[in-house]
Amino acid sequence: MRATARVYWRLLVAGFRRQSAYRLAALGGLVANLTFGLLKVAVLFATVRAAGGELRGYDTASMSTYIWLSQGLLGSVNLTGRTDLMLRVKDGQVAVDFLRPVDLQAATIATEAGGSLFALIPRGLPSVLLGAVTVGIQLPTSPVFYLLGVASLLLGIVVSSATVYLIAVAGFWLVETRGLQISYMLASGFLGGLYVPITLFPHWLQIVAAATPFPSIMMYPVDVMSGLGGVRGAADLVLAQLAWLAGVAATGQLLTRAGRKRLEVQGG
Amino acid sequence: MASASTFDKGAVQATGLRERLRPYRAVLASRARSQRAYRTSFALDLGSSLLVGLVELAEVWVIFSNVTALGGMHFNQILLVFGMADLAFSLADLSFGHLDTLPDFLRAGTLDAFYLRPQPILLQLITSDISLRRLARAAVGAAAMGIGLATAGVSWGPRTVALLVIGLASGYATFAAMFVWAAGLQFFLLDGAEMTNAFVYGGRYAASQPASVWSRPLKLIFGFFFPMAFTAYLPAVTMLGLPGPDWLPTWLGWCAPAAAVWSWVMGLLCWRWGLRHYQGGGG
Repeated sequence: MRATARVYWRLLVAGFRRQSAYRLAALGGLVANLTFGLLKVAVLFATVRAAGGELRGYDTASMSTYIWLSQGLLGSVNLTGRTDLMLRVKDGQVAVDFLRPVDLQAATIATEAGGSLFALIPRGLPSVLLGAVTVGIQLPTSPVFYLLGVASLLLGIVVSSATVYLIAVAGFWLVETRGLQISYMLASGFLGGLYVPITLFPHWLQIVAAATPFPSIMMYPVDVMSGLGGVRGAADLVLAQLAWLAGVAATGQLLTRAGRKRLEVQGG
Repeated sequence: MASASTFDKGAVQATGLRERLRPYRAVLASRARSQRAYRTSFALDLGSSLLVGLVELAEVWVIFSNVTALGGMHFNQILLVFGMADLAFSLADLSFGHLDTLPDFLRAGTLDAFYLRPQPILLQLITSDISLRRLARAAVGAAAMGIGLATAGVSWGPRTVALLVIGLASGYATFAAMFVWAAGLQFFLLDGAEMTNAFVYGGRYAASQPASVWSRPLKLIFGFFFPMAFTAYLPAVTMLGLPGPDWLPTWLGWCAPAAAVWSWVMGLLCWRWGLRHYQGGGG
């Protein structure tokens, strides 16, 4: 058991270190995050002000917190749906992955999560810091929110990798998963609350969003870290994330097993 | 006699130009054919591109489901801004968007192949592909613009038509220049390609917003340096006769062509600078 844990820990560290090789890419991401963040500040602040200074629980300070936390998360969660595994399933190289004495799903998620954790250093934290300096953000005072916030952030990262994993393994049946990937990219950004907090959605659309794993990837971690819904609300969101993680991970495990039987490696 | 010879010269020049453009036309036609060859795949591509446009529209709609006006504009007026911006951007993306893949050429060293042909490298790259699927997204933009024009209280006349044509043509040229500008910088950035997304895709996002909500630094960056406000917001403000915000008076909509020229000058300068910096793939 301890040996198994060590293998995945090593993969996590490897993912972390691989990501650390792309420093210029991280800087590029940071510049993009900051630009989009400032544009979001302009539009969403104007929206809050047009609504009379308070909009469904958001004032400009809490809106700013939402904007910069979500911009910071952007480098660490996968909202594009693109993965290396997707290509490996398509061209059959995944057969080599199956030969390794590790679980494909756990290994893929551990490696991706490692990269995501690294991205917090050059991209996540600086985004939040720059937002705090240029616009100002409001952070909760109670340490409970920070503890829950870290848990929620980690869960968000893992739910994100576990969900994009599903797209990759759907390739065992579909071969070309680009359509699925693009649908994921559109749905995860919009329903995950990247552009507008989902509390601003009309009621029916909020229900649609809650019926998907996407808010667990971005909106819930942001809400928990900003302490907007109180301790009780934050704990509920973390529980919802755990439930989605269980569901998505179990589906991934089933699809991997079924797909492995279907996999045909062509050529010699 | 003299006039006849000028006429001949003109005709010769015209056929000469047609001859010179022929290889580009052949490549573009083959790319267009190849995309339509797999019908299901093309239909799916069109569908997903349509969804991209619709989701972008939905973002705007969600904001307006909470408030009635933003930056002095109502939803139907914003539809006009969003529509003009998205139509111009999608068409620029259709014809210039693949310049984004330049870092792949640079990493693989395949850009060197372009040097073997007796044609300008930028022109070769631009005409090396065309993404027909973006037509679906352009259709969303056109529809939004149409609804905006029909409902936002535009007074029709030659002035409005002129503004619309000038606005769209300049918007297309400005967005196209952004892709060239970004490509020039890719020679230096390589892995940092995402940095240019800030003004190419961030620019598209900015272009569909009412610029009246921007802070002063944003007005400097996206109002003038990367002149995104000129692609849709300012022509729309001029068309609707709305009062412009600080620094962006109503009549500025007529200056959209100047913004396009500025963008192309900057884009081509960056491209030249980048190309001179390029040392070859070492192949």
